[in-house]
Amino acid sequence: MTQAVALPTPIPVSIPVRQILPYAVFTGIISLLALYFVGAEQGALAIFEGTYVHELVHDARHLLGFPCH
Amino acid sequence: MPLTENATAPTTLTVRSLLVWGLLAGLVGGVLAFGFAFVFGEPSVDTAISIEEAGADSGHSHGEAAAHEPAEEEEVSRAFQSTGGLGIGTVAYGLGLGGLFSLAFAFAYGRIGPLTPRATAVALAGLGYVAVVLVPFLAYPANPPAVGNGETIGDRTVLFFGMIGISLVAVVGAIFAARALTPRVGGWGATVAAGLGYLVVVTGVAKLLPTFQEVPAGFPGNVLWEFRIASLGTSAVLWAGIGIVFAVLLHRGLSRA
Repeated sequence: MTQAVALPTPIPVSIPVRQILPYAVFTGIISLLALYFVGAEQGALAIFEGTYVHELVHDARHLLGFPCH
Repeated sequence: MPLTENATAPTTLTVRSLLVWGLLAGLVGGVLAFGFAFVFGEPSVDTAISIEEAGADSGHSHGEAAAHEPAEEEEVSRAFQSTGGLGIGTVAYGLGLGGLFSLAFAFAYGRIGPLTPRATAVALAGLGYVAVVLVPFLAYPANPPAVGNGETIGDRTVLFFGMIGISLVAVVGAIFAARALTPRVGGWGATVAAGLGYLVVVTGVAKLLPTFQEVPAGFPGNVLWEFRIASLGTSAVLWAGIGIVFAVLLHRGLSRA
């Protein structure tokens, strides 16, 4: 008979949703804003006028698959 | 909860440490994606831009909304766009994605089947790549400069983000469906059924949504192919980097606890 070997890493329990929510809302908003600036700002939508953001992240936007122009 | 041999610290995860690991994973993933994009993506972007410039000389005009090509008015030089700009873009994107990934992990861990923490992280990265990158790409493939009509940028953007949203909702729905089905048909049957359901939904939606064929006549097919494969690869490196680095940091963190 083989004995069960103790896992080298403890298996944690899942985190209660109530505990995740405040982080999820705050970080979610900040993160989505970062994705938006790389993916769409000064393309189809614009918060700031001009084309600087668009031109700066131009190649990343294309290569990450977003419609650019 | 299984106890460790030293049994002093209970093994709990905190959202705070998950976020830190997610941001670090995003940073590493973003840097790796930058390297891949620079080596494999930039050649086709450069070729496409030179085709675009040649086309612009012969009277080809963009819509006024998109009349800000680097060729026409250089606020950021091409040299910086393809190096620093690409790096800033991919790293910022990686950080944002890493943060969101860690939150998705916080929700998913212990709730998507009997997976270890590392396996959950890798499974989540795989699901995320399929749902957020691959499926939307198959519906609305990435386009290099010179491909795409400036007048449809609004529609294309809405439909592209819409497709990502629908695909994400469908994959989350599929996960809930698999969870609900597991007690009745077992884990294997439930996973296969949910996966098929997801594919049927996104395929149907992609078929119903309008498509755009805006590749200019004479645009070299090999450049388009190279660009699109490099685009899929860039995202694959990013997601794989985030998933694996996150899994490694998570494992280290848990082993220390």
